[in-house]
Amino acid sequence: MDLTALAEAARSAWVVWLMVLFLGVVFWAFRPKNRQRFEDDARIPFRDEENGG
Amino acid sequence: MSHEKFETNVIILIIGILITISIGGLVQLVPLYTMEQTIEEVDGMRPYSPLELAGRNIYVREGCYTCHSQQVRPFRDEAERYGHYSLAAESMYDHPFQWGSKRTGPDLARVGGKYSNDWHVAHMIDPRSVVPESIMPGYPFLAEKDLGFDDAADHLGTLRVVGVPYTDDQIANAAADLAAQANGEEGDTDALLARYPKAVVGDFDGDPARVTELDAMIAYLQMLGTLVDFTTFKPEMAQR
Amino acid sequence: MSAATAAPAGARGPVAYNDGVVRNFMIAAIFWGVVGFLAGVVIALQLAFPVLNLDLEWTTFGRLRPVHTSAVIFAFGGSALIGASLYIVQRTCRTPLFGGEFLGGFVFWGYQIFIVLAALGYVLGVTQSKEYAEPEWYVDLWLTIVWVVYLVVFTGTLMKRKEPHIYVANWFLLSFIVTVAMLHIVNNLTIPVSLTGAKSYIVWSGVQDAMTQWWYAHNAVGFFLTAGFLGMMYYYIPKQAERPVYSYRLSIVHFWTLIFMYIWAGPHHLHYTALPDWAQTLGMTFSVMLWMPSWGGMINGIMTLSGAWDKLRTDPVLRFMVTSVAFYGMSTFEGPMMSVKAVNSLSHYTDWTIGHVHSGALGWVAFVTFGCFYFMVPKLWNRERLYSMQLVTWHFWIGTLGIVLYITAMWISGIMQGLMWRAYDSLGFLQYSFIETVEAMHPYYVIRAIGGVMFLIGSLIMVYNLWKTAKGELRTEPAYAEAPHAAAAGTGS
Repeated sequence: MDLTALAEAARSAWVVWLMVLFLGVVFWAFRPKNRQRFEDDARIPFRDEENGG
Repeated sequence: MSHEKFETNVIILIIGILITISIGGLVQLVPLYTMEQTIEEVDGMRPYSPLELAGRNIYVREGCYTCHSQQVRPFRDEAERYGHYSLAAESMYDHPFQWGSKRTGPDLARVGGKYSNDWHVAHMIDPRSVVPESIMPGYPFLAEKDLGFDDAADHLGTLRVVGVPYTDDQIANAAADLAAQANGEEGDTDALLARYPKAVVGDFDGDPARVTELDAMIAYLQMLGTLVDFTTFKPEMAQR
Repeated sequence: MSAATAAPAGARGPVAYNDGVVRNFMIAAIFWGVVGFLAGVVIALQLAFPVLNLDLEWTTFGRLRPVHTSAVIFAFGGSALIGASLYIVQRTCRTPLFGGEFLGGFVFWGYQIFIVLAALGYVLGVTQSKEYAEPEWYVDLWLTIVWVVYLVVFTGTLMKRKEPHIYVANWFLLSFIVTVAMLHIVNNLTIPVSLTGAKSYIVWSGVQDAMTQWWYAHNAVGFFLTAGFLGMMYYYIPKQAERPVYSYRLSIVHFWTLIFMYIWAGPHHLHYTALPDWAQTLGMTFSVMLWMPSWGGMINGIMTLSGAWDKLRTDPVLRFMVTSVAFYGMSTFEGPMMSVKAVNSLSHYTDWTIGHVHSGALGWVAFVTFGCFYFMVPKLWNRERLYSMQLVTWHFWIGTLGIVLYITAMWISGIMQGLMWRAYDSLGFLQYSFIETVEAMHPYYVIRAIGGVMFLIGSLIMVYNLWKTAKGELRTEPAYAEAPHAAAAGTGS
């Protein structure tokens, strides 16, 4: 059964999955290049009011 | 691909979420669905008899799991209080499982045969008549309601669809077996016991005139944890 | 900004948001909240005084306990969550709902029908007796339909947004909707005995069913009561504090690690059972690791106030929200600890679990929801501010005291009962019979019920306050602090 084999592979390598995911996300989130953009994005909740002014 | 895609494309975000949440489920659930790895082979397990099943359905209907577990853990104190720790095989025919998560009352996994039918009748109708400190609700209405399990064969048939190995013979005789188990001598108890070894036969609720919900409930309680033959069981057989 | 925020909700901005459905969900959430808290008080009293079970089949603890859990989780929490998600997604996308009032209305009435069908079933004895997944097959099918429409409304709104970036609150809300759909379907695969009857049998058996059920139930906590409400936190705390979230980049890491890890933690509900050991160990490992993203989120929420701590003193609404995040931090520390097998061997099957659940449910879920009610009701009904800030403060303190009574009573009774079960006397016999351990619980069950009553009273104060607010009345009361009502009602300075 293919699903079983897939489960087995995921089970033996979950630490790797976790690290790849974690490092990848941290890399994106904390890349200096993205800093300004994220700071802008954090202000989204306030924009509908700014526009309506 | 950059993270920007996740932020700007809803579909990619959904797919990313699905993959992320699937890995854990895949690892933990799928191996259990291939049964043979997780369930030990033991002597004595059989599907529920129609009367026991009716009782179990009442147990499910009343939400007994909110206060009673059916899972003895492998600790010394639990072994002394309740009996041998529970095996996976013992709930292999349970749809749904009723292991519970709270012991406001005691564990019931091995309650079968511990108390007399008379004790159960008194206890179900008024728990505080036999255990003054008990905080269990009374269930006097079970003794008053006729069982109403005319579609027993349909229930057995449905359970067969989900994997319980009921035979054609068992399904065809569902109504007869139910009557035989609840009425004691009157029915064909030999045939019943051939189909369901160790089934406890008798007039459970002390009212031989009719089959009530209390009959079914006590028939279920009296068989809980009694099926597996622990004389032929070796601990290394348990898949722990 | 300050001038704009004082304007009525409907007139704010060029976008005409669909707020009718949000208002309906708020009313429903408040109503079901009171019903659910009341049901909780009733069953807490039943455990202290069993005569209150009334010997009737419709009023036993076994039938009313699912009424309480479903009412607070799905009816109160669910209505608040769906309503808030529709409020947030419109404003962070600056666009009205996809499908407008029609699809929104279907989601609202469909969801209310689901709640009523489920609760009626429990009282009449129609239940699967799978914890937190009690509704039978026909109710499950109906919920599936409603949920898919909800997903369509939410996703459709995200797709037609005017904002290039999808704000992080929406990620949490989307993961809540998607994951709950998956969990609900897999855990409720049943075969009905007949199409005209309520009874069905689940396709999973024994160990499989146990694992599937707790994979479902743990992630109902993880995605319904956590991810969804974190989505609310990431919108309402910045709004109420009037400053952006502490670290947007931390919120990205928080999101992906939280949803990846949560899904593995279910087996910690099955320690020392017949579930295979490898699954128990995996569940424990991930539960302990889960502590990290949970606290990352807590820090992110609380530190949003960095540089504006004085608002905690001057704004009782913000105090509700921030206290809820502190409770979140407390219960997400307690949870990993209880998932360690050695601790679990003592805590499992006892009231400690109940106390843990309620520190999360009352302290985190309910408190953050109350904060959101206080934030949204003046906006949704176009009122300048809340009727009374002092009543918010009363609600806060009575509710907090109720929670403290509740969880300390359950800590004591749980640990005590766990220790009594395993106590041996000097002759090597079990020291206590089971019923002696039940008897010892009585005083704590009374204290727990008192805590529940206080929490209920607090919520009734809120109902009165919000009712007056919606009617447009303003209570004359002394200034709350230096800058009282302005900051509190989110009207800017």
